[in-house]
Amino acid sequence: MNSYSIEVENLTKKFGEFTAVDNISFKVAKGEIFGFLGANGAGKTTAMRMLTGLSKPTSGQGTVAGFNVIRDHEKIKTRIGYMSQKFSLYEDLTVRQNIRLFGGIYGLSNQEIREKSETILHDLRLSEVSSKLVAALPLGWKQRLAFAISMIHDPDIVFLDEPTGGVDPFVRRQFWEAIYEAAGHGRTIFVTTHYLDEAEYCDRVSIMVSGRIEALDTPTNLKKQFNASTMDNVFVKLVR
Amino acid sequence: MPAIEVNNTSRTYGKVQALNSISLSVEYGELFGLIGPDGAGKSTLFRILTTLLLADTGTASVAGHDVVQSYRQIRKEVGYMPGRFSLYQDLTVEENLRFFATIFNTTIEENYNLIKDIYEQIEPFKKRPAGKLSGGMKQKLALSCALIHKPKVLFLDEPTTGVDAVSRQEFWDMLKNLKEKGIAILVSTPYMDEASLCDRIALIQSGKILQTDTPEEIVKSYPSPLYAIRSNNNYELLKVLRDKNYTKSALPFGEYLHLATHTSMGVDEIISTLNTGNYPDLEIKPIKPDIEDLFLELSREV
Repeated sequence: MNSYSIEVENLTKKFGEFTAVDNISFKVAKGEIFGFLGANGAGKTTAMRMLTGLSKPTSGQGTVAGFNVIRDHEKIKTRIGYMSQKFSLYEDLTVRQNIRLFGGIYGLSNQEIREKSETILHDLRLSEVSSKLVAALPLGWKQRLAFAISMIHDPDIVFLDEPTGGVDPFVRRQFWEAIYEAAGHGRTIFVTTHYLDEAEYCDRVSIMVSGRIEALDTPTNLKKQFNASTMDNVFVKLVR
Repeated sequence: MPAIEVNNTSRTYGKVQALNSISLSVEYGELFGLIGPDGAGKSTLFRILTTLLLADTGTASVAGHDVVQSYRQIRKEVGYMPGRFSLYQDLTVEENLRFFATIFNTTIEENYNLIKDIYEQIEPFKKRPAGKLSGGMKQKLALSCALIHKPKVLFLDEPTTGVDAVSRQEFWDMLKNLKEKGIAILVSTPYMDEASLCDRIALIQSGKILQTDTPEEIVKSYPSPLYAIRSNNNYELLKVLRDKNYTKSALPFGEYLHLATHTSMGVDEIISTLNTGNYPDLEIKPIKPDIEDLFLELSREV
């Protein structure tokens, strides 16, 4: 049994002459919270599109959730969850309708959707607002609902795109606790962000600069390596 | 007379109270930070002060002019960088700058010394459409355009949101230079770590100002002993700590947990309450609070 959720080697993506992602290699263990960082335009989004099966690598190889990123990219999509802060739920559908919609998209049976709905509503204490429009929920509730829905099909990996940038410090902490909980159950969490303070919550962090991974380690070791007090300083030293 | 003065200003949108009796004042040459999360009311205050929105109650003046009576005068004397990028995407860098100079009845050349340090960094790309710039470069262009008419007061609504750490640091260096030229700057940010770069800050949440002071004084007002704790299983440790009688609050803080206790305790005293066999790499140290600790403490009381 493979103990890695993500394993890629020399993954490269070119657009014409431009190399957006340049020979990146890394492994992410099962149940790890992995931070994927980089400046604007460093290639994070392109790399993530390859990992989530949305874009075919120009060269290189690897597996995500046990599936080959080149041959089986359609299968990858069935074993991963995705959530971004910007868009995750349909605001003009109710809480329950959102759960049903995403359950349906991921191919759950009606029976499974009913069961999952009850579990999610119960765990997040949302039963009383289950027929309210998502638009009416406070941001913190929306986020945790979106996170729960991104795991409705029990994926091996959840990709989180800037999950807590700019949100209330208290809400952000509640959200990280939910992330810790999911990781504690063996789910791999892949966080892309350019908010450096989000990186401090991750087990390990990689930093991309101009298409390459220039650093990869625990936040503590990176701070030591770059003689920096915060991840912000690590980043600045690396990029400058 | 202060550059910005706000007295008991409130504003609602339907049932939502966006601003709840806000008061503050900002001096010329002062860099004043409005620190709070999304939805706190920061942008509403900016829109009132830049005369784009009327308050329901309260008074406010900018550069000595009342925001209702003398709104036309204010518009000539302030620079405003809204939260959303709002330059003309299909005009080039240079065309945008010239456009803003022209509508304020001036020229790029007349006030070039004010923007020189900033504009020089994007000048190599002056023929590029603004929509094709990177986040950091867009932000520098927007700042140049907000400064080209030599404003007395500068309003920057979340200028560093969505911008990478390097550009953020450069941006704050630029603000420091501008304030030394006597410009009053009101800047908002959701990044707590940027608060320490301001002369004074107001912490704002749900339309209310929680506290206003220098960053140093704000942090001093934190009421409890505070410890940073780390182990190989922070999440489990967090739950354990929350059940202890001595715990006032326990919250994740990146690699560490921050534990606030009701009374001062020795590190060994805390360790003695934990089953250390479960945490081989346990690390505990007393720490000084930062702005985010205080924000969390204050927002618990709201």
